Amino acid sequence: MSADGGTTNAAAPAARTIPGTGVGRRHVLVAVVQNRTGVLNRVASLMRARNFNIESLSVSHTDSVEISRMTITIHGDEFAVEQATKQLYRLIDVLKVQDVTDEPTVQHEFALVKVRATDRNRGEIVSIAEMHRGRIVDLAGDAVIVEATGTEPEVDALIALLRAYGIKEIVRTGAVVMARGSQSIEEAVKR
Amino acid sequence: MTMMKGDPSADRRTHVPDAGTTSAEAVEKARRDMLHEGRVKKRTRIGADVVCEAILRQGVDVLFGYPGGVILPLYDVFGDYPELRHILVRHEQGAAHAADGFARATGRVGVCLGTSGPGATNLVTGIATAQLDSIPLVAITGNVPAALLGKDAFQEIDITGITLPMTKHNYLVRDANELPRVLAEAFHIARTGRPGPVHIDITKDALQQETRAEHPSEEEVIAGLPGFRPTLDGHPRQLRTVAREIANAKRPLILAGHGILIAEAWDELRELAEKASIPVAWTLLGIGAIDETHPLAYGYMGMHGWKHVNRAIQSADLLIALGMRFDDRVTGNVRSYAPHARIVHVDIDPAEIGKNVAIDVPVVGDARHVLRALLPLVAAVDREARASYFEQLAEWRRDSEAASWHGSGMWRNGLLSADFVIDQIGEANHHDATMVADVGQNQMWMARYGGYRRPHSHISSGGLGTMGYAVPTAMGAALGRPDKTTWAVCGDGGFQMTIQELATLVQDRIPVKIALLDNHKLGMIRQWQEIFYDSNFHSSTMVGPDYLKLCEAYGIPAWKATTPEEVRPAVDAANAVDGPALVWFEIASEQNVFPIMPAGKGLSDLIEDWGAET
Repeated sequence: MSADGGTTNAAAPAARTIPGTGVGRRHVLVAVVQNRTGVLNRVASLMRARNFNIESLSVSHTDSVEISRMTITIHGDEFAVEQATKQLYRLIDVLKVQDVTDEPTVQHEFALVKVRATDRNRGEIVSIAEMHRGRIVDLAGDAVIVEATGTEPEVDALIALLRAYGIKEIVRTGAVVMARGSQSIEEAVKR
Repeated sequence: MTMMKGDPSADRRTHVPDAGTTSAEAVEKARRDMLHEGRVKKRTRIGADVVCEAILRQGVDVLFGYPGGVILPLYDVFGDYPELRHILVRHEQGAAHAADGFARATGRVGVCLGTSGPGATNLVTGIATAQLDSIPLVAITGNVPAALLGKDAFQEIDITGITLPMTKHNYLVRDANELPRVLAEAFHIARTGRPGPVHIDITKDALQQETRAEHPSEEEVIAGLPGFRPTLDGHPRQLRTVAREIANAKRPLILAGHGILIAEAWDELRELAEKASIPVAWTLLGIGAIDETHPLAYGYMGMHGWKHVNRAIQSADLLIALGMRFDDRVTGNVRSYAPHARIVHVDIDPAEIGKNVAIDVPVVGDARHVLRALLPLVAAVDREARASYFEQLAEWRRDSEAASWHGSGMWRNGLLSADFVIDQIGEANHHDATMVADVGQNQMWMARYGGYRRPHSHISSGGLGTMGYAVPTAMGAALGRPDKTTWAVCGDGGFQMTIQELATLVQDRIPVKIALLDNHKLGMIRQWQEIFYDSNFHSSTMVGPDYLKLCEAYGIPAWKATTPEEVRPAVDAANAVDGPALVWFEIASEQNVFPIMPAGKGLSDLIEDWGAET
């Protein structure tokens, strides 16, 4: 059945593109939100309901007690991430959202790694940690806790080396991010 | 049968059953109880007073609810606010739908309330309906005293956790001093920008707590919501682009959505259509955006839309989408949707633009603001300049309308045809009644054959598709617009879902007329099973009661119509009743709604099988 009634040119039209490229990558969003009860729940619930996959989410106070800041890393194509940003803006408590993926930023995370250690290899572990700007924050007879900070790849690299000694447990904060230079997302909100 | 009174809005409180009927005394006693007649107000101001004051400050004078343990402090003060009318529903879902109907019929905020636990969860379906259709609703629930929160107390449930993903915003209030701000914010958020439901959960002790907190001004409310600043005006550069697109288009088509009604932009819509000679198609919730008898009104689009309208979409070179969201029921398979068209999309919610369909010219803004700014930029186009386009549209329309209309009133084998019934209800009410649809086949027949001429004259659960919607929603619509006749049109499936509200209609003398299209089937389910599941019918046949006896038991006048000749007299008789009435239409049980676009297919892939009239 033809629905165009022959009024249009005979050539079959190209299929309408569905929004999005389908090529996903890691994106980092910074969200400045009002520090109200349940705001973390609202953000997390929205991401779940709209089928966005959060890789990491970090929340903290800002210089103002009324405002909190979230760093959200998600995986998706440009369209999906733009949708996520727009949907976040629909939340009453969200003041500003910025995709800083392609901006010049400092992106660091913090990790604690509890590693098996013996009298024989403790020295090696300490020197590996120090070479990666880590430090030992706890020392026990058969284990040490290594504190690591840096970019995600840097923390990944240190953890990979420590794995050889036997990792008992790990905690990572996920990335926190700040734009380089003098611009400030929090000042932008206050204006 | 009683005579029609004068202006029914003059004194709505006098709507009590006629003396001598069985329930008259009971109704009068209930009314006296509610008004606390004889009670002298002498007490301090508590949280419950703040709630009543705040609702009245918003210009709302009717609310729908159901009492329960922790919300009782509110019911304890209602008697002191006789100007606030409380309608006692029979199930909280009915309260939420009624508030929704009030909002849709009036454009104002609807208010419903329920108690904690089951009262609150019963509201959920109605709140979700409002969320999907962008309806301004404030839903208030009580919760257990703050000290018991999280203790799994009697009738405690984390209702704000439940409503969080299905409201525009929600609150849990434990301190009465916060209530003035929260109530004012809730109404502001519910009606501003893209409207939606706001839920407020209030602990019992907050309702009972003494407070002197004052109500904030609108300015203070706005200042307190820095994250909520909807964009009303379209970007001037984008508006110039839209004007250029219209000037270049040969086969433009306007897609009018719910946003036209919400923004009250129907005059501007008509002006744009007339100035640039652009036909107007509409979505389910956009019905009423333009008078269907207007020469440029073209028809209802989508899965069960008119074939000529879907053809026009598929052949258009420019779609001007105003306040609609390219729902899957509108587009079908996006890849084959409007393959020749560039798309202009105007919506107040930036998240809707580009969500489902890639957009060529996005405009974020309120439909009325945008159209007012756009109109002077648009070059006038004479209808003659589009003569061949309009000829083609008229030809498609003649074909499609002739094929899909059972003008004799009969479907096959002499059985009553649903399209005819809907048409007759519209005609009998001079197309001025508020018509509330249920969900399923009846809803699609309503959308196609109602013949709507004014905004807010058609109400339907579009996004959520909530069966059982029509009767409770019509209660709110009737109370919101007492100057209009209100008809609830349902199938026998949906009617039996919220049938208990018949008692509410009687107790509060709400003049809702009910058209029951009884095919003894879940008609749309039966239709899908026939077409898409190889006639493997299961659970789509329904036994119902004798509806005349049922209505007699409730004290509601009722008529039955089984032939085309009986339709109009029954409708007229129901209209002549001063109060609720029902007409039971026994319609063909195997009549399908055509055309139908199969799920996953495109607008060019419509299935039709009209059969022969007998």
